[in-house]
Amino acid sequence: MQDLGIRVLFKGKNLVRLLGGLGVTLELSAASIALSIVLGLMLGMVMTLKNPLIRLLCRIHLEIIRIVPQLVLLFLCYFGLAKAFDIQISGETAAVLVFTYWGAGEMGDLVRGALTSIPRHQIESGQALGLTKLQIYRHILIPQTLRRLIPQSINLATRMIKTTSLVMLIGVIEVLKVGQQIIDASRYDSPGAAIWIYAVIFFLYFFICWPISLLARKLEARWQN
Amino acid sequence: MAEKLLEVRKLTKRFDQAQILNGISFDVAQGEVVVVVGPSGCGKSTLLRCINGLERINSGEILLRGEVISGQTKNLHRIRQRIGMVFQSYDLFPHMNVMENLLLGPTKALGRTRDAVIPEAEAALKRVGLIEKRDALPRQLSGGQKQRVAIVRALLMHPEMLLLDEITAALDPEMVREVLGVVLDLARDGMTMLIVTHEMRFAEAVADRVLFLEGGNIVEEGAPREFFHSPRTDRARQFLESFDYEAK
Repeated sequence: MQDLGIRVLFKGKNLVRLLGGLGVTLELSAASIALSIVLGLMLGMVMTLKNPLIRLLCRIHLEIIRIVPQLVLLFLCYFGLAKAFDIQISGETAAVLVFTYWGAGEMGDLVRGALTSIPRHQIESGQALGLTKLQIYRHILIPQTLRRLIPQSINLATRMIKTTSLVMLIGVIEVLKVGQQIIDASRYDSPGAAIWIYAVIFFLYFFICWPISLLARKLEARWQN
Repeated sequence: MAEKLLEVRKLTKRFDQAQILNGISFDVAQGEVVVVVGPSGCGKSTLLRCINGLERINSGEILLRGEVISGQTKNLHRIRQRIGMVFQSYDLFPHMNVMENLLLGPTKALGRTRDAVIPEAEAALKRVGLIEKRDALPRQLSGGQKQRVAIVRALLMHPEMLLLDEITAALDPEMVREVLGVVLDLARDGMTMLIVTHEMRFAEAVADRVLFLEGGNIVEEGAPREFFHSPRTDRARQFLESFDYEAK
């Protein structure tokens, strides 16, 4: 009789292992997203500067990030650094570095867009009240920017979470890799396991990204102005 | 004559090649209401923006109580704390309710405590008939209400003078009155104001003195009665007639 692959899920510590892999995915994503937001906010402010040289550099930087696949960046960072400069970093570090680099670049452009979409009059109203530049950023521009940023940055965050699956190619054992290991290990006993494992992984990703989207929708509704 | 509060000396302003202000000079005395009128593009708004340091001037001087305030870049926010400005587009901060809009300047720019400012803000809202809107968001207000809040917001900084830049231009006609009423009240209380407006009736009612600006020059200057009923220059007459025509 054909073995039901679902049994593989409950064999040994398989489920716990999958969840452990998910933990790695989450850690990498959380670290990268948090760093991307902080750096992206700063980068976005720099990108609104009028200096043509700074503008050009930002533009080039953004194009590079958009054009080069994340996997290439990962390989460059993990293998490239080791080969060229003999710098050995762990797969996790490389992953966080690359995803932060990518995320901060994309986030920076979102921040730039949000900042420039705020009417000039908002700044002038703040100036007319005698606020300093810093106070205008802190109390007027940044809160409004964050509100405008929510939809796209959530989108970026979920994209980053999903893209972390690439890190298994530089030897980091995250949820997808654990799944593959389980499938490989049980190929003989339960050849039908793959579909079940992937289904579970699908739901794991779904249950991470879905609440984030829900939160975004809620914030958007509350902040719309 | 009362003390000179604001002095503008040979102020010029260019945008690229276009000369917007052609070396104009005038004073505003303490407690005086000066209204600037003129065809669109004559530099009225630019003039106000220069006084508040929103535009850099090319030459000349602006003095507030005898102290040169033009040409500075560093402590502009200090000067702006002393000169309030209200814009045509009543830019309340959309992410804050009315009370937060009012508190921002006094608490952050002047460093006062919320508790100290709130009673004052409430009294001011009462005065303009908007106390029941203290927790409303700007998007829940009409244009006229927003503009009244914007005026209160500027007043809570206790500015030495107020610049009003076409504050009724974006309003529906029935809302113009409620806003101008507030301004008339301020004038009666002795607030020093420099007002740019297209409401000629209002200008006549509120002004102590009228400046007629055209092509970046002060073409005529005088008491409102005289200016609106027997202008000395042809240009001013033509300008005023254009309003008569519209009224017919």
